[in-house]
Amino acid sequence: MTSPPLAAPRQHVEVRTGAYADSVALLQVSKDVAATAGVSSAQVAMATPLNLEVLESMGFDLPATTPNDMVVALMLAEDGDVQSALAAVDAALAASSRRGGGSVEEAPTRTTGRALAESGADLALISVPGQHAMVEAMDALDAGRDVMIFSDNMPLEHEIALKDVATERGLLVMGPDCGTAMVGGLGLGFANTTRPGPVGIVAASGTGCQQLMCLLDAAGVGVGAALGVGGRDLGSQVAGRSTREALRRLDADPTIELVVVVSKPPAPEVAAELREFAASLSTPVHLALLGAGQPDLTQAAEAVLGTLGTSAPDWPAWGGTAEGTNGTHLRGLFVGGTLCDESMLIAAAELGGIRSNIPLSPELALDSSLSADAHTMIDFGDDTLTAGRAHPMIDPTLRLDHLARAAADPSTACILMDVVLGHGAEPDPAGALAPAITAAIETARAAGRDLPVVVACVGTESDPQQLSRQARTLAEAGAEVHLSNARATRRAIALTGGTR
Amino acid sequence: MTARTTPARPTAAPEGVAASGVDLFADAVDLQAVPVSRVDWRPPMDGTTDDLAVVAADPLRRDANARAVQAMLDVQAVLVDVAPASEVLGLEAGQFLHAGPPIAWEAATGPLRGGLMAAAALEGLVDDPEDAVALFERGDAVSLEPCHHRSAVGPMAGVVSPSMWMFVLEDPASGRRTYCSLNEGLGKVLRYGAYGPEVLERLRWMSAVLGPLLARAVKATGPVDVTGILTQMLQMGDEAHNRNRAGTLMLLRDLAPALAESSADAKDVADTLRFIGGNDHFFLNLAMPACKLALDAARGIEGSTMVVAMARNGTEFGIQVAGTGDQWFTGPAQVADGLFLGGYGPEDANPDIGDSAITETAGIGGFSMATAPAIVRLVGGTVPDALATTRRMREITLAENPRWSIPVLEFAGAPTGIDVGLVCRTQILPQINTGMAGNRAGVGQVGAGLVTPPAEIFPKALAALARRTRERAAG
Repeated sequence: MTSPPLAAPRQHVEVRTGAYADSVALLQVSKDVAATAGVSSAQVAMATPLNLEVLESMGFDLPATTPNDMVVALMLAEDGDVQSALAAVDAALAASSRRGGGSVEEAPTRTTGRALAESGADLALISVPGQHAMVEAMDALDAGRDVMIFSDNMPLEHEIALKDVATERGLLVMGPDCGTAMVGGLGLGFANTTRPGPVGIVAASGTGCQQLMCLLDAAGVGVGAALGVGGRDLGSQVAGRSTREALRRLDADPTIELVVVVSKPPAPEVAAELREFAASLSTPVHLALLGAGQPDLTQAAEAVLGTLGTSAPDWPAWGGTAEGTNGTHLRGLFVGGTLCDESMLIAAAELGGIRSNIPLSPELALDSSLSADAHTMIDFGDDTLTAGRAHPMIDPTLRLDHLARAAADPSTACILMDVVLGHGAEPDPAGALAPAITAAIETARAAGRDLPVVVACVGTESDPQQLSRQARTLAEAGAEVHLSNARATRRAIALTGGTR
Repeated sequence: MTARTTPARPTAAPEGVAASGVDLFADAVDLQAVPVSRVDWRPPMDGTTDDLAVVAADPLRRDANARAVQAMLDVQAVLVDVAPASEVLGLEAGQFLHAGPPIAWEAATGPLRGGLMAAAALEGLVDDPEDAVALFERGDAVSLEPCHHRSAVGPMAGVVSPSMWMFVLEDPASGRRTYCSLNEGLGKVLRYGAYGPEVLERLRWMSAVLGPLLARAVKATGPVDVTGILTQMLQMGDEAHNRNRAGTLMLLRDLAPALAESSADAKDVADTLRFIGGNDHFFLNLAMPACKLALDAARGIEGSTMVVAMARNGTEFGIQVAGTGDQWFTGPAQVADGLFLGGYGPEDANPDIGDSAITETAGIGGFSMATAPAIVRLVGGTVPDALATTRRMREITLAENPRWSIPVLEFAGAPTGIDVGLVCRTQILPQINTGMAGNRAGVGQVGAGLVTPPAEIFPKALAALARRTRERAAG
């Protein structure tokens, strides 16, 4: 008797020209369709180069597309039927479009300018793909409104053009690539809920801003406003165009007693201008600029507390982790770019060069495999990994994949991760990560190794996910959890170094 | 839209947020109890992304568009004269104007050919309109030129020849003038491409009786405020493109006393009153040049992305833009979607033709469809469609015309001033109400309906604007 031939997986790929949905909506659509009976895997995505790579790695044969096309790729189970799978796609797409509910006469607006004109809103929040963001943001400036641009991958000349117009009109452009802002208690993008208070933050770094806000909140000190300016604002080309306006605004606000500027090191000439400008203001400005030999964010928070006459508390920590390890390399898997940077700066001082996709110096760059026989730290939120794809704080797929790979690698000594809470982030990131952490530890144990996992969990008790509840979930999964990323990093270094 | 001069304190909560892009962030604002207006954003027309950014960053754009809109809104159109085209346009024997962008006889479709054949016979260049085909094919004794190039507009085929009488409209502030022929009525008429004996007979009567009588009446009455009539008719259920009933009667009200008091033959006066009163479209030929007069005020404003003309010649649809001089951006004219007369069907319809889309360019016609529920069926729509159309046109326009207010939309102004950039961004095309001509010369009107320009002409215009912006930036 011969065994029946293995049924080849049946795939159905179709390109929908002129269809569009954002990456988060399509993530949910893909999940819903993949869960449909008769479908073994499904990916509905815009045809960006990154998404095409993912689709190819899933085994799909793809026709020619442009990035404006939507690709519906279905892998059918043996009993699967194309028609019912496509019906599921259409149902999920319809469900994702909450805006389709109005009457014919009240169609939703198509441009930011129109929305501002009709709603009387006084702030615009832009998260369309980067190459399109400038036009939407200009609508806001034309309407005399401030704008926050979450979008990354915006061409530099667009940023400069926008900020020049804003400067001329006394308006504020937060971003591009501005992950976090808080205006009058309203969190924008990825934002934590902190108590109100006397500190104003100007941030060229989203997760750096979040870390600072959360540490201050844990110490009982509130933040009145956090104005993001985008990661390039203090670079030599943008030259602090938004930072100056943000500082001016905070200085003019009588409830702000102290301003903190958090950023990676600015270009030297921009730093000099920044210091001079800060000195001209009546509100004291504390510069928290990450860099080799500079204080880390936790030390910066402690200095701010000192200035305000408060002492730093014992920074919160939860759980513990295996102390022993057979590996040699530290693996950092981050969703926050600044947290990744901070960890690399701290670790480089102890362990030497850290290989990364956002390396501290060019010779440390990782190739597209994102792996090396060395200490590595990956920022999954970097532009190149988010083109046409949701941010890892929303879509954990890529990081979970790398967590499993790191766990299976016998050279891994310790895994360091961040979990960032707040509005915009997953509703329960610890819930999604905990089983993966437990599985990673068990994978290592099955291979006769101990695998310590250290997590920096950035959040507050008032966040929708609640800091202590998330931290406990991660601790119960076997991780050691710290509110301070610097503390977490130092623990991970100690655990890595313990075997040497 | 109110521009803020003093920014709010950063510790003061925003009153509302407009969110474009990922829904999740709008949800987060919503959860924090701040009103959020969600934008149904989608990618722009293919190949326009870079040009849109260049034009958005053009330092001239905002001010240029504000000036273009203001110049258009400031124009008042008054009817000052009625006179032969030979006098007011300097048209000479053998010279013909036509609707839309420039075109040669070889490329002309049925209605334009039919209109030219009728006009050639009217001018006595041929005895039988059919003989005019050879005349135009030879081409040495005739010339074709767009109405737009002589400050005129022509409905449908838009053919103007020297002996036709023209309305003369003037902007009192600037003295600028625009022109349009007299409306012939519906059915078998020159502008729809018919050229039978009854067409020529009517045209001869119009030149011999109607034109001179109107000229006397206008002189006796004094300038007629066409802009004022437009304002009123929009509140009376006319969108001033496919429905001009209220406007026609108001014009008649203004001119009838002078006609009655003229020493003209009583039968001629009665025929004139009967002809105008019996032709619901008579006022269209005043609405069109009034719109052109306003839009021409915005021509030649460097950096402006506002459309100043949309016109079709039955083969191509063309637009002109304030910031690109007199350049035409053209693409193939579409066939309208709508209702057909008698036994005609879509196979009988010619592609879109006429300068009458100047009304939509100015914000009336299809753009003010919400004000004219009485004709929604004529153009194949429903009342909710009409409201939705006017609201949708706000997405692609720079302003609302405070003079043209629409009662059913809470007296909102008509969406006015099409922006090339907004069309490319939203992929929403201008909605045009139109008549349909038969595709064979001599047939006349076959229906009426809705049509849009070919999408590709907007990226073409945008590319030209972007090229100028880049050149200016490079010095």
